[in-house]
Amino acid sequence: MIRDALLLQLGYNASLVAVGATLLGIAAGATGTFLFLRKRALVSDAISHATLPGVCLAFILMVALGGDGRNLLGLLTGSAISAWIGLLCLGWLVRHTRLAEDAAIGAVLSVFFGFGIVLLTVIQTMGSGRQAGLESFLLGSTAGMLWSDAIVITLGGALTLALLLVLRRPMTLVAFDPEYAAARGLPVHRIDLAMMGLVMAVTVVGLKIVGLILIVALLIIPAVTARFWTERSDRVVLLAGLLGGMSGYAGAAISASAPNLPTGPIIVLVSFVLFAASLLLAPGRGVLAAVLRHLRFQKRVHLRQGLLALAQGHLIYEPLTLRLLKRAGLARPDGVATDQGRARAAKALRDERRWQMIRSDQDYEAAAALYDGLRDIETVLTPDQITELDRAIGGPKGVVA
Amino acid sequence: MTIELATLDGKAPQPSRAMESPLSIRGLTVSYGQKPAVFSVDMAVEAGKMTAIIGPNGAGKSTLLKAALGIVKPLSGQIQVFGAPLERQRARIAYVPQRASIDWDFPTRVIDVVLMGLYRQLGLLGRVRNTHRLRAKHCLERVGMADFAERQIGQLSGGQQQRVFLARALAQDADLYLLDEPFAGVDAATEKAIINVLKSLRAEGKTVVVVHHDLATVRDYFDNVFLINTSKVAEGPVDTCFTAETLQATYGGRLATAQVDQLAAALV
Repeated sequence: MIRDALLLQLGYNASLVAVGATLLGIAAGATGTFLFLRKRALVSDAISHATLPGVCLAFILMVALGGDGRNLLGLLTGSAISAWIGLLCLGWLVRHTRLAEDAAIGAVLSVFFGFGIVLLTVIQTMGSGRQAGLESFLLGSTAGMLWSDAIVITLGGALTLALLLVLRRPMTLVAFDPEYAAARGLPVHRIDLAMMGLVMAVTVVGLKIVGLILIVALLIIPAVTARFWTERSDRVVLLAGLLGGMSGYAGAAISASAPNLPTGPIIVLVSFVLFAASLLLAPGRGVLAAVLRHLRFQKRVHLRQGLLALAQGHLIYEPLTLRLLKRAGLARPDGVATDQGRARAAKALRDERRWQMIRSDQDYEAAAALYDGLRDIETVLTPDQITELDRAIGGPKGVVA
Repeated sequence: MTIELATLDGKAPQPSRAMESPLSIRGLTVSYGQKPAVFSVDMAVEAGKMTAIIGPNGAGKSTLLKAALGIVKPLSGQIQVFGAPLERQRARIAYVPQRASIDWDFPTRVIDVVLMGLYRQLGLLGRVRNTHRLRAKHCLERVGMADFAERQIGQLSGGQQQRVFLARALAQDADLYLLDEPFAGVDAATEKAIINVLKSLRAEGKTVVVVHHDLATVRDYFDNVFLINTSKVAEGPVDTCFTAETLQATYGGRLATAQVDQLAAALV
């Protein structure tokens, strides 16, 4: 069943939804990355919740004018207007009051959403024939998706991506170093507004599929997932778009494969799975890689300390140290050094002595700064320098370095 | 005061241009809330020289710089850059902000940061070409960071990060360089690298203005000083303006008498 869905063989509506969700995922992932880089991820939550009153008012207005209240373009226009008003309120609160952005987000989000819910209740009492199904905007609903809806999403997504392409450099510069951007004469405030405008566009376009409560997930999760895999902002953007598109496609397909699976929440769950996998498995920034790095480091520290203890004839109490020495063939089970162990130990001790020399010598300042107790001295000094050091220390005592 | 005409690049001297101060400020007041951080300051930076802005913590040094760059809005005052309004001269100014204001985990490599200095050449849609990359590499070489081009910026030490910021400013190929505390908390190697670059900029006829905190090095590094404690205390050549009296007037009780004496002794 899922295979059929993934291959777009579940009929017209399911295919439409899958294509729409993919495009939305790409647009949301790429756009959300800039929000994430600017460290204003939660603003998108305020924006999305602020769409609700607009949807409701647009419906009421269209009905009052004698039209069909469910016209998608009309509803989306309404949602965009009220989201923009919410954004302006947020900006005003942050700039002209002492409210921090997180508090301002909370205030705007809850007030707009509360107002929207009140309007929704009013609409439901307006006339029985007018059951508009507006509550589907909360969590998205793809059951009755129309060709025209898909067109709206496609055009909106494509336009968003085109604008991203144009604005990517100024937005990256502002996100990385707003003061420098301002010093270069970039209109920082207007660039921020443009970024918010793009987020708003994605939100509005995504209302139909994932709904206003979960759209924040589609904006943010792909970006943080992509961040695990690369250290370059342009690649984060591309990867986030890709991951968003994959989530949208797979989520839509899975939800189409069985009855009563909601599309939006499934898409969010799919993107979460990608996030969790990246969190664990990504090289470099992933949790697993960090644990392995720590273990390897610990092993080096213990081996080094063990060798120094052997060289100085100290007893080794640490079980891990002893185990590592034994496994490397440097010590016998009773803790006495093997021949190889004695050689390595003497070398370690001599290296330590060499480090001591260069760390107390002004001429070796740059090299001495690299001392961390583990680094091999051969990677820092030339053989000539080492020979000279050894001459100063005195002849080798039994072991050739 | 004589102004030398900088002709090291072989171009004919332009007397009308050279007479204009690279940065001239009149009656500048900047305020956060009700308390002015900078009050009624006049400043005329001398072309082709290195000027240090000096004053105690919270004296408005960085604010002065930021106002000169239009990053913070002044309450009053006029700013002219090379004799014209700031907005028309943006391309001729390079700025090195304080290191502390940056998120060093930002996903960007050293070379990408330097390429930000080429923002104007690249434009909105222009591709990053090899010439751009070579230019950025060259700027990294000047600050001794060429080997680090592919590193993520978070992997660098504080001093190395500061040098990358300087490289980004170099990439702009500006005429006026404004640096905010470039020597704060950096290692000796970095300090040496930065001051050498700044001196070479001066040799090229560029003008350098530095917010500086280390009184001990002022005499070695700079031609002119600008002493500020909310309002201007003194401005001019190090020899005549960096004295025990002006320092006392700038720092008041914040600088121990012994310190002032020591510095004054060093000045003789």
